[in-house]
Amino acid sequence: MPQVHDRGGWPTDEPIDREEHVLSDWELRVDAMHNVLSYKGLRRTDEMRRAIESLSPETYEACSYYERWTAALEILLIEKGVVSKEELDLKHAELQG
Amino acid sequence: MTLQEKNNEEDSPRFRPGDLVTVRVDNPGGHFRTPTYIQGQSGRIEKLCGIFPNPESLAYGGTGLPAQPLYRVEFPQSQVWSDYGGPAKDKIYVDVYQHWLEPLST
Amino acid sequence: MTSNIGNGNDPSQAGHSGHDHAEHPGMAHDEEAGYYAVRARAMESLLVEKGICSPNEIQTMVDRIEARSPADGAKVVARAWSDPAYKSRLLNDPDGALADLGYRMPENSPKLDVVENTESIHYLVVCTLCSCYPRNLLGRPPDWYKSLAYRSRAVVDPRGVMREFGFQVPDSTEVRVLDSTADLRYLVLPRRPDGTEGMSEEQLAELITRDSMIGVSEARSPQTATAS
Repeated sequence: MPQVHDRGGWPTDEPIDREEHVLSDWELRVDAMHNVLSYKGLRRTDEMRRAIESLSPETYEACSYYERWTAALEILLIEKGVVSKEELDLKHAELQG
Repeated sequence: MTLQEKNNEEDSPRFRPGDLVTVRVDNPGGHFRTPTYIQGQSGRIEKLCGIFPNPESLAYGGTGLPAQPLYRVEFPQSQVWSDYGGPAKDKIYVDVYQHWLEPLST
Repeated sequence: MTSNIGNGNDPSQAGHSGHDHAEHPGMAHDEEAGYYAVRARAMESLLVEKGICSPNEIQTMVDRIEARSPADGAKVVARAWSDPAYKSRLLNDPDGALADLGYRMPENSPKLDVVENTESIHYLVVCTLCSCYPRNLLGRPPDWYKSLAYRSRAVVDPRGVMREFGFQVPDSTEVRVLDSTADLRYLVLPRRPDGTEGMSEEQLAELITRDSMIGVSEARSPQTATAS
């Protein structure tokens, strides 16, 4: 049984939805953060793929593209000790007001 | 650089265009770039794309060494998918790292 | 090598229902400040506070990414259609050919390969494992390219997928799917449409769509282009 990201040939008749969504500011910035951190040597493409693949199958399928990128960024930043889960949760709560 | 050092840095290409190969069936229990649908399939080396650090190591902060030759491998669609609906000449190409390939045994 | 597979890392479960998103995958959540939008802002704030990057660096990168578009790829294809020597260089030395037109790929950019569609061979590109795409030349991939439906179906039913894009490939043409899952990124050089003799590169570029450079369709014919 292939892992959830290994999609080639999965049985589906679902039509290809060709509607484009306009990217939100946070999506643009998550994309950019990945790129900036990559230039700084703090994140590699293969690490990021591996982090996305470590999401549970349910999360992987439920998340939009940049939601997965966000989840992967969190996994890598915590793993590399750049931020801790605690300070991230704290900041999250603060921003949510 | 001595030959020994070079050997540690990259594996030499084992295959040439036209060689027949089989993709290994494996789940190394981590990140890898060989799609499941192509595993166990036999195909033909189309070309050597280059030699690249091994993503299975890079994904965990490793050096990616020894780097692996990467080949574009051609497979007949009608062989890969038993219910393929198109003409028999249709093909699929997948880029596969050398350590996933074995010479075709008949 | 240790594995994280199956550990079920699930950051959305931390005190928030991820279900809002499950019901509306792919929708913009900024206004409603969804979990991931806030999470992303929180990470950015911490990266800035820790001096790892500045808001300006991130904005500059946003602008740089936004500046890339299929128009870049179209210029390259239009030149290849107009100049056989350039086409041959593009197919054999893509980086050199791009540099000729002023496109310098970033240093850490994945290697680009160009494949040519002809009357007898039609290439179509997909990444079944994630979303590998020649971003430095074409900009961000369209949403459908990243969709699970396209990633599942393009390899097993490429002709059916192309029909959905309004493109019927004759049985006399060999369809070649390229699953771009490793270190190469693929640009399709579409066929030059009939009736375009004497057109300038600028006029030709108008006919070269993003989808034709992925291979799910052909370049537009001059008649279609005039009609639209």
